[in-house]
Amino acid sequence: MDLLNALAALANFVLIPAMTYGSQLALGALGVTLIYGILRFSNFAHGDTMAFGAMVTILLTWAMQAVGISFGPLPTALLALPFGILICAAFVLVTDRVVYRFYRVQKAKPVVLVIVSMGVMFIMNGLVRIVIGPDDQRFADGERFIISARDFKEMTGLDEGLAFKTTQGITILTAVIVVILLFWFLNRTRTGKSMRAYSDNEDLALLSGINPERVVMVTWLIVAALATIAGVLYGLDKSFKPFTYFQLLLPVFASAIVGGLGSPLGAIAGGFVIAFSEVTITYAWKKVLVYAMPETLEPSGLVQLLGTDYKFAVSFVILVVVLLFRPTGLFAGKSV
Amino acid sequence: MTDTARTIALFAGVALLIILTGVFQSWNAALIILNMGLISAVMSLGVNLQWGFAGLFNVGIMGFVALGGLATVLVSMPPVPEAWQAGGPRVLMGLGLGAATIALAAVIFRRMAAGRLRMVVLLAILVAGFILYRNVFDGGVQAVEAIDPASTGYLGGLGLPVLLAWPVGGLIAAGAAWLIGKTALGLRSDYLAIATLGIAEIVIAVMKNEDWLARGVKNVNGLPRPVPYEVDLQASTSFVERAASFGFDPVTASTLYVKLIYGALFAVVLVVILILSQKALNSPWGRMMRAIRDNETAARAMGKNVTARHLQVFVLGSAICGIAGAMMTTLDGQLTPGTYQPLRFTFLVWVMVIVGGSGNNYGAVLGGFLIWFLWVQVEPMGQLLMSGITSGMSDGPLKAHLLDSVAHMRLFTMGLVLLLVLRFSPRGLLPER
Repeated sequence: MDLLNALAALANFVLIPAMTYGSQLALGALGVTLIYGILRFSNFAHGDTMAFGAMVTILLTWAMQAVGISFGPLPTALLALPFGILICAAFVLVTDRVVYRFYRVQKAKPVVLVIVSMGVMFIMNGLVRIVIGPDDQRFADGERFIISARDFKEMTGLDEGLAFKTTQGITILTAVIVVILLFWFLNRTRTGKSMRAYSDNEDLALLSGINPERVVMVTWLIVAALATIAGVLYGLDKSFKPFTYFQLLLPVFASAIVGGLGSPLGAIAGGFVIAFSEVTITYAWKKVLVYAMPETLEPSGLVQLLGTDYKFAVSFVILVVVLLFRPTGLFAGKSV
Repeated sequence: MTDTARTIALFAGVALLIILTGVFQSWNAALIILNMGLISAVMSLGVNLQWGFAGLFNVGIMGFVALGGLATVLVSMPPVPEAWQAGGPRVLMGLGLGAATIALAAVIFRRMAAGRLRMVVLLAILVAGFILYRNVFDGGVQAVEAIDPASTGYLGGLGLPVLLAWPVGGLIAAGAAWLIGKTALGLRSDYLAIATLGIAEIVIAVMKNEDWLARGVKNVNGLPRPVPYEVDLQASTSFVERAASFGFDPVTASTLYVKLIYGALFAVVLVVILILSQKALNSPWGRMMRAIRDNETAARAMGKNVTARHLQVFVLGSAICGIAGAMMTTLDGQLTPGTYQPLRFTFLVWVMVIVGGSGNNYGAVLGGFLIWFLWVQVEPMGQLLMSGITSGMSDGPLKAHLLDSVAHMRLFTMGLVLLLVLRFSPRGLLPER
């Protein structure tokens, strides 16, 4: 019984939150990795692209709520999401046309594009703050729990509750669907194949008649969709605050790099590696250990390896360790 | 127009902007911009050393600036004897144990042959060391933080003159940079960027949470000043008389006087660092750095030790940022870890260097002044613009929202300036020669 209680606590405080966070990071890292593979630069504006997409979706959600449209037990934001993606994609395509294309035509060095993306980051960050303000926004509605802690206790008779929030369920499910769609697209469709060819060898791809502008456009569309979905899911699960999204840049990049920049599979693996390490290292293990260990060995302290404020340190340490031992990441990425 | 004439003209333009601020707003406002401009110029000289000379992509400036600020507290605040008695040695011993564990692990890693045995030994050392460290360290921290947490609750500093904190800030930043450089400089440029971004966040997290060190988010207020206090000046009859002879009232005169002394101190630091950077740029060392930047492989083939040079320039540039950070905290008179944000302390400095002209020291200084001026003045300008736009609107949430949004206009403007410069004058206002 005690072991079951320990398992329930573990699932409640570690496994489910880490799965959710990992899905969000994986979606973000997929965007970073696609840009790196196709356009060949590290996009510093990605965190703010996520914020922008989420912001548009939130505004649409509010509009829908105001006229009384709802999605039953599911959050209204899911209805607004497709429109959010469209607007975000339009914005990103305009950015590419006005800003990035100039440097692509010039064949500028990747680091120049990184600095350009810093400028775009400033502009998007400023725009988001101008439109929606720098404060916390909550926009989740609908049913709060799939299984609430009390229901779980009644169902199983355990002392320890296990809550499964709707937003967590939606996050994991959406991430799975999106990843399956993305891999189907990259591996089975003509456009997806041309994208991978372009990423592997640009010159060869051009020789075989692939239109580079089309590849770039499709990439931006996919990236805008991924960023908006990741941003909305993160906002539903936690809350929306422009500055938090900017700070997501670090774990998202860490995920992409740990997995191997340019490798979509790696981005997903990296996202979960980072999320699980962050949660397990900053979680106070006392509760689980009290159930799992014999009474004489019970810990007296919180058994928390690091305070939650040091979660950045976790992403960073994993990043450095992986890079020192496997310089191209877990799944051999590429280097410009 | 020759390069020199262009440099002089642009600097005169920025000077004119600051003078106009003095005429139209107030001389106090102009001096505030000037002082922070001087500090920004020092920061951008540091970044220019790394990026302009050597092509190192460091986006962890904020961390080094914050370390400089920490130095100000550690050097100038009076020590807290009760706290030292309660847990000082224990905290230091804990830190020593932590460092010893890592050092031992590093030695084992180097000495033992690779294999499963090494992994087991390493893990055992790290786990045992961590438990030991936490046991010693946590108790000390609790004891220290329990001492009068409302006003102290930390170990205090050394009680030395605050000006000493500037070189010490440089040294602390240099030490941190050496540690980081040793691990991260082997990485490719993109990886180095993310690694430094992470380091900066970790430095801030440490400063926010380790209350025993510098009170964390409770802030350290009332840092000693290298200049007299305004109230003392206003109380001194000789000062009031002298102010009156220039036609100033005592309050304005004292505030201006204090800011002028600060400005003079900062200007001395800026000029010294600028002269040294200029000498370095035109020396064989500077040419070697640029050769490494332009073609690493060729430089390596010529027998240059690229990794060692990168480490050297990384440490030097970070030290300059640390000095600037110490100067800034001295000017503020308080250390507030909660106010360090990457957009303001890392990316804004990058905008300064890129807009000014990377690889050109005068360009970096110009960028520091110009971008800081814009950063401060965009808000009142935006306010003016927005109140013009909304003047015809009826009061309501939309109007209030639009007026509020002005505060965020500066980020947008900085991005726009950066993109415009990169597009139409990619080498900056004062290009590298």
